[in-house]
Order: sequence, then structure tokens, then C-alpha cells
Amino acid sequence: MRAAGVLVAIALALALQTTLARFVVGGTAAIDLVLVVVVYVALTTGPGTGMLAGSVAGLIQDALSSGGVIGIGGLAKSLVGFFAGMIGQQFIVTAALPRFVMFLAATIVHAVVFMGLYTVLDLRTFGSPYAAVLSQALGNAAAGMIAFTIVEALPGVVERRRVRRRL
Amino acid sequence: MALLDLRERTGYLFVAVTVGHIILISAQVNTRRGVPMLEAVTFGVFAEVQRAAGAVISGARDGWQGYFALQDVRHENERLRQQVGQLQIKLQEERALAQQSRGLQNLLELRQRTDLSTTGAAVIAGGASPDFRTVTIDKGTTEGLRPDQAVISPGGVVGRIIMPSARASKVQLLIDRNAAAGALVERSRAQGVVLGTGGDRLRMEYVSGAADVKVGDVVVTSGIDGIYPKGFVIGQIESIERGAGMFSAIMIKPAVDFTSVEDVLIVLTPPPALDAVDAAEPGTGARNANPNREPGT
Repeated sequence: MRAAGVLVAIALALALQTTLARFVVGGTAAIDLVLVVVVYVALTTGPGTGMLAGSVAGLIQDALSSGGVIGIGGLAKSLVGFFAGMIGQQFIVTAALPRFVMFLAATIVHAVVFMGLYTVLDLRTFGSPYAAVLSQALGNAAAGMIAFTIVEALPGVVERRRVRRRL
Repeated sequence: MALLDLRERTGYLFVAVTVGHIILISAQVNTRRGVPMLEAVTFGVFAEVQRAAGAVISGARDGWQGYFALQDVRHENERLRQQVGQLQIKLQEERALAQQSRGLQNLLELRQRTDLSTTGAAVIAGGASPDFRTVTIDKGTTEGLRPDQAVISPGGVVGRIIMPSARASKVQLLIDRNAAAGALVERSRAQGVVLGTGGDRLRMEYVSGAADVKVGDVVVTSGIDGIYPKGFVIGQIESIERGAGMFSAIMIKPAVDFTSVEDVLIVLTPPPALDAVDAAEPGTGARNANPNREPGT
């Protein structure tokens, strides 16, 4: 059941990523919603599920990306999911700031692994991607915070509506 | 349930997923040499496995060959020894052939140097008795050989035919006790007779005690005996004993090594009657190519 939920989340993230996200910030991919989902799953379920979610999501993302190498994004997201899950298990990451930092750090780690592999394999050059990575990290962190807020607030909202209807 | 099991083994799962991704990436990426990375890495890893396996197999094989298969080595060694022996025999045969070829070449040169009619023959046997120094040659009356024909070699005088048969002849060597030849000292023209001693030396007799004779002088045939053509080398004076008598006792070392005579020439032309032995001059004779070209002969 949880696996299905993860897969649905990934599918939604991919759909949003490919349709909505590019309209958000001037047509550039300032937010990686798939990565946000992976980190969210990792923080809420643990390293194993986070890693598998990252692997599946990354592979699908790689497959949908034209000209890329299938597996690099999967590996990057697997690592991020695994380590995010590990940290989520070891530390209390329920407050807003730790979650924000987690999304921020996860994005940076993902970028380092992703761009690093491409560079090491001499497949692509990225110039000086610091600003882009930082902006994406901030965007992902914001999206992640919003996602957490929505998901955590959603049960309460539903319950309040249900009570209001009874009254 | 399976997912739960996997989650309980997160470490293994992490390694498996990571390796899987690396393999997937490697399958798509080429190295700088254009070879797919997965292929290169796989080959590199497998090459090490092959190297290790090869080392193990090689070690086992070396061990087997070095310790357990020595019987084969022994057989091979025996076979190689036999082969070496056969090759040594063949080498000796080749060497003998080369030697024979050189001898024949010398004979041919001698034949070309002289105007005498000659025929070549090969020594096919030695003497039956050590008391008689003879050899047997492979030509006889069929080839025109007759008794008292001179037998010569590139080294000098060998002897004379004493018993020709149809296809072979017995040759009396000059060193035989009963052999003799008219001779003279090439330098001083002192005359004498060379006699066989039965040993490996010759004796020159009837040389005047007053004659100019020195150790080292070359003695050649004088042609006076009617058998040996004039001017062929007999040997070199080795010692001189001047006694109280009229003649000196002179020992000569033969020019021919009678123990190794293989090919000879038989002089078919009877030597001309020599009534003037003094006509033989120093520095002439077969030793200098053609004895019959000497002036006054």
C-alpha cells in the first residue's frame, strides 16, 4: 500500500515537473519535484524505501530526458533517498528548519553526484552551476516545506469539514 | 512482505542498487578509446580473473611438468641424445665428404698442372700385412693401369703399382722396405736413391759425402728410374750423417702422409728416358706445376 502511494506520488511529481514546473520560473527547471518527493518519502519512511523511490523516480526521469544517460539520475536520487532516510531515522526532522535544511542539502548532494558523474564521464560540462544549484535547492526546500505542510494539514482539514457537516 | 524484508537489509539493498546503477551507466558510456565502459570494466575485471585462473593453472601445470611428468622428460632426453648422436655422425660424414672434396680438388689441380696423362683413383684398402706397406686402389687394367706406373698425390710421390687386377691395383708405397726411387736434392742437384725403411721415414743413399746437402733441403724424383716422373716431391731432409765412407746417410721426412692418403693420380704416360739427370734444375718440377716444361727435359 505504501509502495503504491510512493509510486503515485512519483508519478504526480513527474507529471507536475513536466507540465507545471517549467512555467513556474521563467521556463527553467528551478524546482525538481521528483527529488522533493524522494526526500519526502525518505524522511517519512526510511532509507530503504527512500532509496528505492529515488532509484525508480530517477530512472524514469532519466528515461524521459532526451540525450541523458539512464542511471545517473537514478543513482543520484538513490543516494539522496538513502542518506536522507538515514538522517531522518537518526535525527528528529519534524521541525520546519531541519526539514528545510534537509531539502537544501539533499538538492546539493544530488547536484554534486549528478553533475559530478556527467563531468567525470566526460559527457557534459556544466560551467559554474553554483547559482543554479543554490536556487534549485531553495526552490526544492520551499516546495518540500509546502508539501509537508499540505500533507500534515490535510487530515485535520478533512476532519474539520466532516465535523462541520455533522453540525 | 518482500519489501519489508528488503528494508530490513538496507545495507545490502543500498549496495545492490548502487552497483546496478553503475552497471547501467557503464553500459551506455564509452571510454575515451570508444569502448563501452561496461565492456571495458567487465573485461578489466574478468581479465584479472583470467589472470588469476591462468596463474593457478600455470602453476599446477608447472608443478605437474616439473615433478610428475619427469618421465616424459627422460624419454625426450633419450630421444634427443639419440638425435644428437645421429647428427654428430652426419656431421662427421659431411666433414669427411668435404675433406674428400678438397682432396679431389687438389688432385684435379695437380692433374691440370702436369702434361702427364693421368687417371684418378681412390684408395679402398690398406696393406694386408704390416711388413709390406701397400694400399689398394679402385682402378685396374680395365682403366689402363699397368705395373710400375707411378702413383702420385698433391703432396708428392706415393708409390708405384705392383699388382694390377681388372678393377683394382695394389700400390707399393714409397716407404715400403722394397721401394726405391731415383732422387736428387732440389737445391744442389745432388743425386741419390731414396729407399723405404718400412717406417714413417725414407732413407737417401748413394749421396756423395762431398755433396752440398743440408737439413731442410727438398728431395725430388730424378726420373732416372724410369718409373717416377722427374721433379715430383719426395720429402725433406731431416738429418744427415756424414760417416767415414764415401756416402752420407740421409733421412728424409716424406712429403706425403701415407696414413691419410685417400685419392691419388696414376701416371699413365711412361716417363721419358732420361739420359741427362743434370737437366733437372733447381726450382723446377711438379712442385712448380709442370715438370715437363722444364728446359732441357
